[in-house]
Amino acid sequence: MSRTEAKRLYPDLGQSERFRYVLRLADTCLILGQRLGEWVGHAPALEEDLAVANISLDLIGQARMLLSYAGEIEGAGRDEDRLAYLRDQNDFLNLALVEQPNGDFGCTIVRQVLIDAWQFELHTWLEESTDQRLREIAAKAVKETRYHLRYSSGWLIRLGDGTDESHARVQASLDDLWKFTNELFSADEIDVLAENAGVAPRLSELHSRWSVRIDEILNQATLTRPVDVPYGWFGKRGEHTEHLGHILSDLQFLQRTYPDVTW
Amino acid sequence: MSDDRQNWPLFEVFIRARAGLEHKHVGSLHAADSKMALEHARDLYTRRMEGVSLWVVRSKDITASDPDDADALFEPAKDKIYRHPTFYEIPDEVKNL
Amino acid sequence: MYTQGLDALGDESLHLPEEELAELEARFQAKIDADEKIEPKDWMPAAYRLTLIRQISQHAHSEIVGMLPEGNWISRAPTLKRKCILIAKVQDEGGHGAYLYSAAETLGISREQMVEQLLSGQAKYSSIFNYPTPSWADIGTIGWLVDGAAIMNQIPLCRCSYGPYARAMVRICKEESFHQRQGFELMIQLSTGSLDQKRMAQEALNRWWWPSLMMFGPSDANSRHTEQSMRWKIKRFTNDELRQKFVDATVPQAEFLGLTLPDDALSWNEQTEHYDFGSIDWDEFQRVLAGLGPCNQERIAARISAHENGAWVREAAMVHAAKQAERATRE
Repeated sequence: MSRTEAKRLYPDLGQSERFRYVLRLADTCLILGQRLGEWVGHAPALEEDLAVANISLDLIGQARMLLSYAGEIEGAGRDEDRLAYLRDQNDFLNLALVEQPNGDFGCTIVRQVLIDAWQFELHTWLEESTDQRLREIAAKAVKETRYHLRYSSGWLIRLGDGTDESHARVQASLDDLWKFTNELFSADEIDVLAENAGVAPRLSELHSRWSVRIDEILNQATLTRPVDVPYGWFGKRGEHTEHLGHILSDLQFLQRTYPDVTW
Repeated sequence: MSDDRQNWPLFEVFIRARAGLEHKHVGSLHAADSKMALEHARDLYTRRMEGVSLWVVRSKDITASDPDDADALFEPAKDKIYRHPTFYEIPDEVKNL
Repeated sequence: MYTQGLDALGDESLHLPEEELAELEARFQAKIDADEKIEPKDWMPAAYRLTLIRQISQHAHSEIVGMLPEGNWISRAPTLKRKCILIAKVQDEGGHGAYLYSAAETLGISREQMVEQLLSGQAKYSSIFNYPTPSWADIGTIGWLVDGAAIMNQIPLCRCSYGPYARAMVRICKEESFHQRQGFELMIQLSTGSLDQKRMAQEALNRWWWPSLMMFGPSDANSRHTEQSMRWKIKRFTNDELRQKFVDATVPQAEFLGLTLPDDALSWNEQTEHYDFGSIDWDEFQRVLAGLGPCNQERIAARISAHENGAWVREAAMVHAAKQAERATRE
């Protein structure tokens, strides 16, 4: 029996929990897309400007679909823009990893590989979710994610197995960002409820698959996998680093300054 | 700044837009290796259409005919007009030819 | 293939006897007069090659530098849809730069040389991108006026005599139409919006109108290259012709928006059936060309920064490729 056939055997996910779960996915896409947009016009080569812009567009597109869905679940009349432009940071549920600064190109690539590998496993799983809308969104997104992962892992390998300088830079970035991966796989109440309802995957399973993939890539990149550390930032619970405030003041500025107009 | 280690070689790009068509030359781009060239080609040349197939070839691997040799290479073909379908007159009643 | 001409740049004519040279030039001009395309390895006068290299690379540089004033608003676009549209537009501009560098490279100059020329200040790019974008309305205005002016210039170039340039222009023109439309649509939103939005739109128009007119270059009387370029079909209309066409098309659009063009001398001429317009401040144009515009320094500094900060990345990619090639031969 497929998971979707078995849906009626799963406990239902509460509206508020489903809303929060979808928002987590949406906000992660949005903030990462926003960060990547900062590279346009400043990348190491013209061709990379185009590649990064492409990924940014894909992610913001995914964010739009997920935000719209979240708004529908909530049922309070908030569309994608009201959610993106009029929430304060405590209500943003993106992973802390994606709000970290771009740093150099290597740092951006490290962050991208960690997320792409996670999104790839996630979207693949979500194609079988009991939530129909997430199945549809994931079916479209997984094709994009496959390409993103190909791009980012290709670059991590080139930089890791490139010059001494490039190797040192990306190893340092990997060491710095690794602590934020803790949050990706630490299941909290929302994750457990969503899993029980067949909406979301079991994070420990996601973790194993992600881990295998990351090991393959790091191995080819001649990089050393950092040791896991317990780390307290849980962006998905609205607990953010100092970076999100600045991201939002940029993102939201026009709508906050000129409320209730059409753009 | 013109250090060879920083300058990516030139690749030519060919796209087949739909099944049934040939690959067409659409332009060139720079990349460090062929895998990157393929990705760049996809980002640069297929943003608005689903190209069915992409070829990338290092520019230096292409051998081109010299325009000065055009006479020698191509004139003789002009003489052999029996190679062209219009050379033959087929009565209208005969279909499928 | 295409860069092998590098060493022989312009050399093809140097050692030829005068009669042969004259014959080659006559045949070349006959091809052009017959609207046949010149392709990369065809014989061409050295001046034709050099003029094209200059024109195409300038065009390419303009696209690349043009990503900066608009890129300035990506993070602050006021809706997600507008953000996506803006990223797509800037991405297109980068792509256009790439097509044009690619076309220029067929003439025997390399991408590295062109980048070097831009960053050293040797090469020019369109003056318009040396102006700042302090307001969101600038994004609409740029789409409406700057892309509008560019389209006017670019459509005739689709028929220019040099094959690779003409083909690049066809590709660019297909993509360009969305740029102007989204800009104008943005202006409609602002000019029919709140008082603040209307003010924003008018203020942006006040700043971009005259620089847009300057985009068409000096007046015909002061334009040295025009005649030869037109004979070679590298240029199809004169600067003043295109500028007039642009004014005639744009005045009704401004009226539709309910915005005022900052030119008291603008008026419809019944006899000529064109709009008369005021005089352009050519001193400002020369200053901006000479590097003294509002943002010349910042634009080039940003490009230099991107290039230098990216050096270790480009190098790593080449070293990795070399390692891979070496491993492959060992297997």
